[in-house]
Amino acid sequence: MARIELQNIGKSYGAAEVLRNINLDIEDGEFIVLVGPSGCGKSTLLRMIAGLEPITAGDFLIDGEWMNDMRPRDRDIAMVFQSYALYPHMDVGRNMGFSMEIRRATKDERKSKVAQAAETLGLTHLMGRLPKALSGGQRQRVAMGRAIVRNPRAFLFDEPLSNLDAALRVEMRLEIARLHQKLGATMIYVTHDQVEALTLADRIVVLNGGDIQQVGTPLELYERPANKFVAQFIGSPTMNVVPVSGAEGGVTTQNGILINLPDASKVTEAAELGIRPEHLDVVDPAAGDLLAVADVVEHLGSDTNLYVNVDGLGALMVRKHGNIPAKSGDKLGLRIQAEHAHLFTANGRSLGCAG
Amino acid sequence: MPAVSRRHPGLVIGKYLALAFYLTFALFPLYWLLKIAVTPDALIFSEGTRLVPSAISFDNFVTVIFQTDFLAYFKNSLIVSLGTAFFTTLIAAGAGYAFSRFVFKGKRIIIAIMLITQMFPLLMIIAPVYKIVADFGLLNSLTSLIIVYTAFNIPFATFLMQSFFDGIPKDLEEAAMIDGCTRFQALRQVIFPLTLPGLGATLGFVFTAAWSELLFALMLISKNDTMTFPVGLLTFVSKFSVDWGQMMAAGVLALIPSCLFFIFIQRYLVQGLTSGAVKG
Repeated sequence: MARIELQNIGKSYGAAEVLRNINLDIEDGEFIVLVGPSGCGKSTLLRMIAGLEPITAGDFLIDGEWMNDMRPRDRDIAMVFQSYALYPHMDVGRNMGFSMEIRRATKDERKSKVAQAAETLGLTHLMGRLPKALSGGQRQRVAMGRAIVRNPRAFLFDEPLSNLDAALRVEMRLEIARLHQKLGATMIYVTHDQVEALTLADRIVVLNGGDIQQVGTPLELYERPANKFVAQFIGSPTMNVVPVSGAEGGVTTQNGILINLPDASKVTEAAELGIRPEHLDVVDPAAGDLLAVADVVEHLGSDTNLYVNVDGLGALMVRKHGNIPAKSGDKLGLRIQAEHAHLFTANGRSLGCAG
Repeated sequence: MPAVSRRHPGLVIGKYLALAFYLTFALFPLYWLLKIAVTPDALIFSEGTRLVPSAISFDNFVTVIFQTDFLAYFKNSLIVSLGTAFFTTLIAAGAGYAFSRFVFKGKRIIIAIMLITQMFPLLMIIAPVYKIVADFGLLNSLTSLIIVYTAFNIPFATFLMQSFFDGIPKDLEEAAMIDGCTRFQALRQVIFPLTLPGLGATLGFVFTAAWSELLFALMLISKNDTMTFPVGLLTFVSKFSVDWGQMMAAGVLALIPSCLFFIFIQRYLVQGLTSGAVKG
């Protein structure tokens, strides 16, 4: 179990800088998810923590010990790869016990540890099989088993679920959450899937373009995004953002509609208004803030997704719980739940919730 | 039902006819070699073009083995070929691993130079090679052949090994290093067992290339006791005028090591050893 500190960590390949000024304190036993779009540097950061990529700037500490130049084997960190990376010529049992074999643990110790891990992950009946005789989910479990066998200081996961089908992904997500509860170990998890991030993380680190955009609990990111990028990246479906200008008591949209806000103290700087699809209400066409025409309506049973067009504003998305009896071409009124509206400056900084 | 059975029978017959034609074309010279080797001397010219000789005798084999220097040539060839295969594969495996896994200065230039060495006909460099070998006092030695063959085979063998290393996911080594291996341990415990097919293919390729090489063996070796088999075969021609039967018998015997070698390594040539390592 370990506390991990990243201080001003940076990474560059020659002149190309892929990560800058990464500062992060990870508490003992914390589950941290690094999330961001492709190419944001999240996997590179994880590989730097693992010791697979050299750290080109800053300090990396585990339990206060400076680790920048330590080899992977001396960091005592386990990693689960996206590709699983099981050793194809070793059976499941040997795959899981390989780290102990290398560290010259006694055969009995190895056996009992492997048996214990196999028991935890439900792999006991597969011990003699080669990786090629396993399904995707089973391989994923073996990869996790290999990590837990040696009781490392921290676990790293590099998009471990992205090769699984949707149903299995949900199942394995739960399993990882249970594993974290059971082991109480420090875990760092990389994903581009915000659902995984929101469901698993104690704290989420949102990365974009090599910078940390925001660090916070899932709800903090959802309710108080630091900028437009985080606001649009976290939350599904994506937050609607429309250009506005400050006005007396609220903001005016481009088509001249005044939207009253409970807290209008910061509207002078406001350039854009963000509103999540679930914070738009569908009302009678005459009663709403905005008049919209339904473009596509998706009935999901539990929810209804409405893709609508508003004259002068463009496309918006509305998500409502339950079944809304609307169809394409219908005129709808939209009411903005002003207490959940977010305001952003021209350069994307959040001015906070208007509520 | 398998899809094959639903195809037009003419297509199936055509396919097998094409295969049979190809096999006949490819294997006929080998058959002729074997046929002449077992034809008694008296019949070679009288029924020269018959597909199957009217009598079979193994006299030629007995003569070749016990009354000529064949066994000495054979032994020399074996030493040269095994030595070349061993050293070439060792060096090519190291170089191929480096090309596959490391980024270093001058990598592209080295690869370009190695490609250039493959562009020239060997005939062009016979004179300088002869001079170099002579200056080192290595003429008429098997060592000179091993060195020269190793040098010539390394570029191709390196590219071959590199492609095999490229086929092994980098994740496996990284997983091994995180599991506690040094880079060398990862190489030995994880990568090496998975490279066996590649090593087998490279060994086989280099062995056969060295086994049948004639040009340099002819130039660098003139003493009977260090002659390799292809050179020795030429001396058969002058020694027995053109004793076809014995020449062919020697040829058949010379095929044996190549065949044995491939039978030995063929199980490593089968693909699929890395399946199951990563997704899919």
